[in-house]
Amino acid sequence: MARPGKSPSARSVSRVPVAKTYKLYIDGKFPRSESGRYYSLQRGDTRLLANICRGSRKDFRDAVVAARNAWGAWSRTSAYLRAQVLYRAAEMLEGRAAQFAAELVLQGVARRQARTEVAAAIDRLVYYAGWADKYQQVFSTVNPVSTSHFNFSVPEPTGVVAIIAPETSGLLGMVSNVAPAVAGGNTCIVLASQSLPLCAISFAEVLHASDFPAGVINILTGRKEELIEPLASHMDVNAVIYGDADAQVARKIRELAAENVKRVILRCGVDWNSAENQSPYSIGDTQETKTTWHPIGS
Amino acid sequence: MTRPESRLRFDTDWKYSAAPESTDHIRVDSQYELFIGGKFIAPGARQYFESINPASEKVLARVARADRGDVDRAVIAARRAYDRSWSKLRPAERGKYLYRIARMLQERAREFAAIESLDGGKPIRESRDVDVPLAAAHFFYYAGWADKLEYAFPGRRATPVGVAGQIIPWNFPLLMAAWKIAPALACGNTVVLKPAETTPLTALKLAELTRDVDLPPGVVNIITGAGDTGAALVEHADVDKIAFTGSTEVGKQILRRLAGSGKHYTLELGGKAANIVFADAAIDQAVEGIVNGIFFNQGHVCCAGSRLLVQESVADEVIAKLKERMATLIVGDPLDKNTDIGAINSAAQLEKIEQYLRIGQAEGGEMYQSPCSLPETGYWCRPTLFSGVAQSNRVVQEEIFGPVLAIQTFRSLEEALDKANNTPYGLSGGVWTDKGAKIFKMTRALRAGVIWANTFNKFDPSAPFGGYKESGMGREGGLHGLGAYVELH
Repeated sequence: MARPGKSPSARSVSRVPVAKTYKLYIDGKFPRSESGRYYSLQRGDTRLLANICRGSRKDFRDAVVAARNAWGAWSRTSAYLRAQVLYRAAEMLEGRAAQFAAELVLQGVARRQARTEVAAAIDRLVYYAGWADKYQQVFSTVNPVSTSHFNFSVPEPTGVVAIIAPETSGLLGMVSNVAPAVAGGNTCIVLASQSLPLCAISFAEVLHASDFPAGVINILTGRKEELIEPLASHMDVNAVIYGDADAQVARKIRELAAENVKRVILRCGVDWNSAENQSPYSIGDTQETKTTWHPIGS
Repeated sequence: MTRPESRLRFDTDWKYSAAPESTDHIRVDSQYELFIGGKFIAPGARQYFESINPASEKVLARVARADRGDVDRAVIAARRAYDRSWSKLRPAERGKYLYRIARMLQERAREFAAIESLDGGKPIRESRDVDVPLAAAHFFYYAGWADKLEYAFPGRRATPVGVAGQIIPWNFPLLMAAWKIAPALACGNTVVLKPAETTPLTALKLAELTRDVDLPPGVVNIITGAGDTGAALVEHADVDKIAFTGSTEVGKQILRRLAGSGKHYTLELGGKAANIVFADAAIDQAVEGIVNGIFFNQGHVCCAGSRLLVQESVADEVIAKLKERMATLIVGDPLDKNTDIGAINSAAQLEKIEQYLRIGQAEGGEMYQSPCSLPETGYWCRPTLFSGVAQSNRVVQEEIFGPVLAIQTFRSLEEALDKANNTPYGLSGGVWTDKGAKIFKMTRALRAGVIWANTFNKFDPSAPFGGYKESGMGREGGLHGLGAYVELH
């Protein structure tokens, strides 16, 4: 249970605010961790902000099942519709900008920076919504083969993508990694910033109201140290995006990911506030190229 | 089951006179050194291994075995060439060197084809008509990209990666060298290339050729050796990029070795492609496609159509026609122009294939082999079918890399897709049907990087090639192939 806002003394209370329980987001539902575990998010030494679900390996496996089940339909969803769903998420976030800024502030982000981050997150969703039906044309080719064939190459989503969201940018860092993955028809499991987790779960509410089908984006909170290993070694995950800068962890992820040749995308030290760091190449990171040969004849 | 009333008996009605490709115009030295910095130099440890002709089991040449020190020398030569000459050359001039290579390969095509067949065992018809022309075309295609890279990556500036370490397999030795070297050089990189242990000769001839076209020393270095040579190259601290084509197993080892490094990498690994034949397909054409899919190059093809998925209603007909067609395949002397299926590349590979034949039978599969005759010496495997196999059988799930086809049937399109996609691989696939809409439904839903509709095993320098899932990452060929050899800013 989170306790937002000032903490008034008991005697002066005219109304007790209803605090939010922060849970996980798996398969379009908001379960607590199956493990029953939590960690306390505190401000300063004493004040409890919320008890955050400490997601388990089992929670992660459940999320992979959800993401895999959602993948087929989402990858076939028209690009136009994917664009609209992403744009809808931007609309929902815009409407709740004040809440997200307040959550960031609550977690220690300066007020001005918090507002900038929320605005950038909204704009990033709009940016990738716009790409959802365009990157295919940028990355596709018709290949002039010498034989009598019509030959073309198109990008297709890699599959299920596990995203270890940047620790230092609770909302924008996550949105900047999730949006290009799902714009490209992938489904994902996000491991939220451990120290700035509030916006991640509130963002799940935004997604929930944005026509994202259940399972397309799943969001877990918990200890990265504990969850990175099962995440990088899961055999039904096709790609891992690592948004932090720990070289040892990056190495471990790549070693474990080798077992099923996961694509590993390292996005270390990226300034997510800068619009320079958004591009269709971020979509391309979780795309495969398919080349199709078709005879020309009668 | 429909069978033609009368059949041609190729073994009795037809006699082929031998039609061997002449080898008197080719020169293979008795010993080959390492090609480093534009010179052939002896390996530090003076160790050599033999490259043999798998059709005769005779030694063709002694070839240097590069150790860690030799790998280091090659990388130093490549770095020096990168710093001093290649990266300073105007891109258009880089391209002209590549054009020269392409042209000289065309001039010497017959020689390269004959050596390729001698060293690797593949039929001369294939090395002459596929491997060598495609290798030359690959250099020609990428030559033209050298001064046009700014058009390939919208919104980004492309710069070379630096020194590329490249490790290639034995199934298409010269062609794989071309796939690796051409885009790397076009993008401004220098290379250290390690050919496979059993098929080093055409890469060494290519080394001679780069000298003949005055390619600056050190731009292309060829080091021969086995797995430990490759490992030393992968681990070398001054290599900026690793490009590997080979087995998924070794690919995973390389990924683990590269884990802590900042090296770029692309991998083209194994496959277990499904060739899917619907009842409405042109059956005779499909049978040709199945044969080409699995028996091309003795089945030593990562994208081979090694699984046949045939719709139940036409399964008997397709399999009967397939067996008839298989009976006409000539297995024998790779240098003979009549030969359809050459020698298995090595004793070790033959042993691996034969192990799978035992596994397939032990798993309950029904094995059929064409009744062809085989030469006395050399490594040979009859074209083989397995029917009655389950999706979980190892001959259905694992790459055999030989002329062995696993046959399954399906009823619905969905069942075909489920079975086709149900392996860890995703390199290629084939669809045979007369219906255009069905083709595109299938080609879209197959999780593989290269899909052939009503054709199979077609390649072109302009067509990107590479895998999904455990079949690798990155593309070779076409505009997409440039991405493997540039950094984007």
